[in-house]
Formats: sequence, structure tokens, C-alpha cells
Amino acid sequence: MNVLLGLGGSDESVKTLRRTIERTTDVGDDLTVAIVDKPESKRSQDEMCQQAREALDEAGLEDRPVEKLEGDPGSALVDYAEQGEYDQLVIGGGTLSPMGKIQLGPITEFVLLNAPTTVKLVR
Amino acid sequence: MSGSRQYPDDPSGPFPAPPTTIEDREDRPIEIRAVGSFAEGALEDVVEMYLAFDPADRAQGIPPTGESRIRNWLETIGEDSVNVVASHDGDAVGHAMLVPDTDDPSAIENNAEIEWELAIFVLQAYQQAGIGTVLLENLLGHAAEIGIERVWLTVERWNNPAIALYERVGFESTGTESFEQEMAILLDPEG
Repeated sequence: MNVLLGLGGSDESVKTLRRTIERTTDVGDDLTVAIVDKPESKRSQDEMCQQAREALDEAGLEDRPVEKLEGDPGSALVDYAEQGEYDQLVIGGGTLSPMGKIQLGPITEFVLLNAPTTVKLVR
Repeated sequence: MSGSRQYPDDPSGPFPAPPTTIEDREDRPIEIRAVGSFAEGALEDVVEMYLAFDPADRAQGIPPTGESRIRNWLETIGEDSVNVVASHDGDAVGHAMLVPDTDDPSAIENNAEIEWELAIFVLQAYQQAGIGTVLLENLLGHAAEIGIERVWLTVERWNNPAIALYERVGFESTGTESFEQEMAILLDPEG
């Protein structure tokens, strides 16, 4: 399967990266990691690119590319997915509120409603 | 997260505070009381209520199902939460709570300094009897008494009855909206 992983710079993104790398190692999927531009997030786009590259290299996935996407995160990710031959788009599956409620943000909603592929939410 | 939300300009209230007993629309006596923390059997009453809760009425993953997950959830949020319980014949039939939005609840010195997340659940057989409104008002009245000023919640965007209930007591929609609508209310510290 050809998988596109879309990440911001949150802790949720780091978890999603780790889980997707585990899955990729297990089944040998093709994988492209796309880092979106979310200025408000904890890690900058450059930091997240570097972290993704290092995590892939450590897992022996040196040949899986990391791309930087400019512009509005949701539409940039959907555009990118439309231009490639991807079977699945993977994104983070929501954060937990103090109460324990699962919260899906506006980027997640945009991607779910607009992506041309199957979308996987990682919890 | 803290400090980023939009609150109404004017405070809402005053709200009634527990303890109180009301008669619901089905003429059932409903006792409303504040529960300091989940000690001395209060947790057991609420666990029983959530065990009887219809999973179809869950919202955004809560309440969880199964006794161990329900206990784990209540214990995780329980220690620093503010709870008001509605009971009929000694059994909990409704529960409303506030959970502090902070990474370090032990550092809370002043309840007004932090934002509190609200959730409310009423057992199916007791819905549409006016209990939710009374429970919500009494939670907010109790919150104002203990110095809480800022309360927020999220509600699924298509849940119009719940949104109407929250608006009736003074919640206003904040800018944040995706699958969930975020709403906030400002309480008057004078009650």
C-alpha cells in the first residue's frame, strides 16, 4: 500500500509518526511523510521535518521521503494526496480534553471531508 | 490551551445552588446535591449510573463503557473535579461536572484563575423531564460559590437540543468550531 502521512508539529503528530513507522516496518508499505505548515504548533515545520527524517532513518526507512508543504494545512495535504497515487492518507486522530472528550480540529474535519483517499485517524 | 478562549463580556447568573429537591415533569422528586470528591460511596452511585447509561448517548468518547473503564475515567478526573449529582429514590440519575483545564491541578490556588471544562449526563429514562436544566444551573450556582468564573464545553455540532440548553443558561459559542462546537460562559463571582 502507498501511504501518505500528514503531520503538524504537536505531540499528537509525534505519536502518529511513531505508530505509522511501526506499521510501515511491519508490513513494508510505501510511505511519504508530509509536514504541513502550522505556525502555532509546538514544533516548527523544520524541526518536525528533521524529527521525522531521524525517526525514519533509525527505523531503517531511509528511502521514505519527507516533504514540506506550504500554505493552509488541510488543503495543502489534500492537494498533495490528489497529485500522488496514494491508497491511504494518515493523520492524527484527535486530542483529549481535560474531561477526556475526543476533539477533532478543523484541519482533521477538512481532510476527512475532502480527501480523495481512505483516511486513517491514529489514536 | 489556557487563556485562549473567548468568553462572553457579561457574566451570567445568579444560579440556584445545591442542595435542593425539585419535582420533575413526571412528578418524580429529584434530589440535587454537590459531591465534594468521589469519596464515601458517591463514586459508587455515579459508577452505577454510568453502567446503566445507553452507549448511543455517548459524546466524543465519554462516558466510556464497561466498569473498569468507567472507574478509571472517573478516578482520573475525579480528584480535582467539581460534581453535582441528581438522584431519584437514592439512585444517581444525572451527573454534571467541571474539570480544571490545567496540567498541574495541585497548583490551583484560586479557582478563578483557571478555566473549567463542563460535561453533563442524564440517564435516558430521566431525559426530557427538566432535570438537565436544573442540574446544569445548580452546577453553575455551586461553581460561582466556590469562586469559579470561566467555564467552557464542547458539544457535537448537530446536537441542537444540547446547544439550546447551554444557550438558555448563558453559554455563547466561541469561534472554535469543527465537528464540535465550543461554548463558554462567564460566572459572576458574587453569585
